[in-house]
Amino acid sequence: MSRKFLKPTEDPFWLKALLFAVTLGFIALVLLLPLMLVFREALVGGLGPAWDAITETDSLAALRLSLLAAAIAVPLNTVFGIAAAWAVAKFDFPGKTFLVTLIDLPFSVSPVVSGLVYVLVFGMQGWFGPWLAGHDVRILFALPGIVLATVFVTFPFVARELIPLMVDQGRDEEEAAATLGASGFQTFLRVTLPNIKWGLLYGILLCNARALGEFGAVSVVSGHIRGQTNTMPLHVELLYNNYDYIGAFAVAALLALLALVTLALKSFLEWRYADELAASHRH
Amino acid sequence: MSAIGLKFGSNRGLLRRRRVLPGFGLSLGFTLLYLTGIVLIPLLALTLRPFELGLAGFWDAIATPRVLAALRLSFGMALAAAVIDSVFGFIIAWVLVRYRFPGKGLLDAVIDLPFALPTAVAGIALSTLYAPSGWIGAWLTEHGIRVAYTPWGVLVAMIFISLPFTVRTVQPVLAEVGRDVEEAAATLGATRLQTIGRVVLPMLLPAILTGMAMAFARSVGEYGSIIFIAGNLPAVSEIAPLLIVTKLEQFDYAGAAAIGVVMLAASFVMLLALNGLQSWAAKRR
Repeated sequence: MSRKFLKPTEDPFWLKALLFAVTLGFIALVLLLPLMLVFREALVGGLGPAWDAITETDSLAALRLSLLAAAIAVPLNTVFGIAAAWAVAKFDFPGKTFLVTLIDLPFSVSPVVSGLVYVLVFGMQGWFGPWLAGHDVRILFALPGIVLATVFVTFPFVARELIPLMVDQGRDEEEAAATLGASGFQTFLRVTLPNIKWGLLYGILLCNARALGEFGAVSVVSGHIRGQTNTMPLHVELLYNNYDYIGAFAVAALLALLALVTLALKSFLEWRYADELAASHRH
Repeated sequence: MSAIGLKFGSNRGLLRRRRVLPGFGLSLGFTLLYLTGIVLIPLLALTLRPFELGLAGFWDAIATPRVLAALRLSFGMALAAAVIDSVFGFIIAWVLVRYRFPGKGLLDAVIDLPFALPTAVAGIALSTLYAPSGWIGAWLTEHGIRVAYTPWGVLVAMIFISLPFTVRTVQPVLAEVGRDVEEAAATLGATRLQTIGRVVLPMLLPAILTGMAMAFARSVGEYGSIIFIAGNLPAVSEIAPLLIVTKLEQFDYAGAAAIGVVMLAASFVMLLALNGLQSWAAKRR
């Protein structure tokens, strides 16, 4: 009876209800329950203990270190992303596809392996380890190592956002500007940048979120010195392993809040500036 | 002849146009330098390291029961998680693309939570959730099922961490699939399920496989969300990335590097498979 009113491409009611229930159930079980639990465990003793745990000296030191590492790594990868996208989108050269594949490579490497490679380069048994020790330069178990590991795991974020976007936009506008006498820097600033700014922001947003949240790679190179080389995620681990659950979940809740803000901004950019993001985000 | 001449002419045009825009040497030079310094040289250091002891030394480092068990666990559970996520990812993508309902935007945004949430946060949350005293763990314990601190904990964490890949690869392709073929199938007398199973699903196959491969690659290497819930019992619930960390802590650099090389090789294979899938999908379009 109801079939008569159904368009041929519409699912029957029972199928809709079933798939909808499966979707909601799966998302609630797999995604929402863990998220809710983080906030619930953080606030189980009220707002006071959670706030104390976040503002405690070592937690603040971890927060500062995480922000510092991200403040170095994100701009570096942003400059790289712009340079790589400019080279790939505006010029023709052999091996371009291979280059783009290589840029994507850090995404498919395990975080632990991303940290391990720097131990093998800078560690005491590594290539430059003995030389660095002889000159009293500390890379591993110090800020430079943490920054390097963060740069590695967030390496492709800006580039992979900008490359498809700039390839899509072509070269005509830049060529017109250059023909009319604009310098390279003027062309980029006045022609390219306005065209890519939302895509750029999108890439930076994701890059920053990953930089602040990275655990595995940083864990391998950090040395885990409380209050000194522990980033926020590492501090969460330390508190959790010391059975300080309220502390661990309070810092975790702060990171989760950050993740929610990132998701909100990301969704806003996808919704508001859909046409100015890479094609893969226009859904 | 003239066609070749035209083509050649347009190529020369391209070459001449290249000189109009500045910054080729600077941008490509910086890109290659940065890529080499940050990614390629360190990866080379990893690749060469285990072979300092020769091929036999590499083999000895890998072929211990503990290492093989860790690799089997990582790869096996990653495959299971990828398959499970592909099924649910397809259903979620279907609901998000085809149905209209209030709160859809919110549901869509939530899918990316595992991308945005730091893995350590996910790890302690899942561990607490599935521990015998946790919300889900208590219920499971009543029914005699243990998830936390067993290999099943590894699977649960992997399902969480790689879900977005399977939804996000299928979603845009599904949105582009024309309804006309579905109409044709319905007109020719196919039931709705037949239409979905034999017309829509085959068109989505490259996207589903791409999502599955990406989910698998992510799960194999995952560390932060797993170590809290897995219990990390050697040869039982110890994943390969954790064994790398353990070997580093014991200053067994070559042993750590050997496992790292195996995982890196797996990454390369997955990358090649993904490229193959993409060109297959492009050909079908």
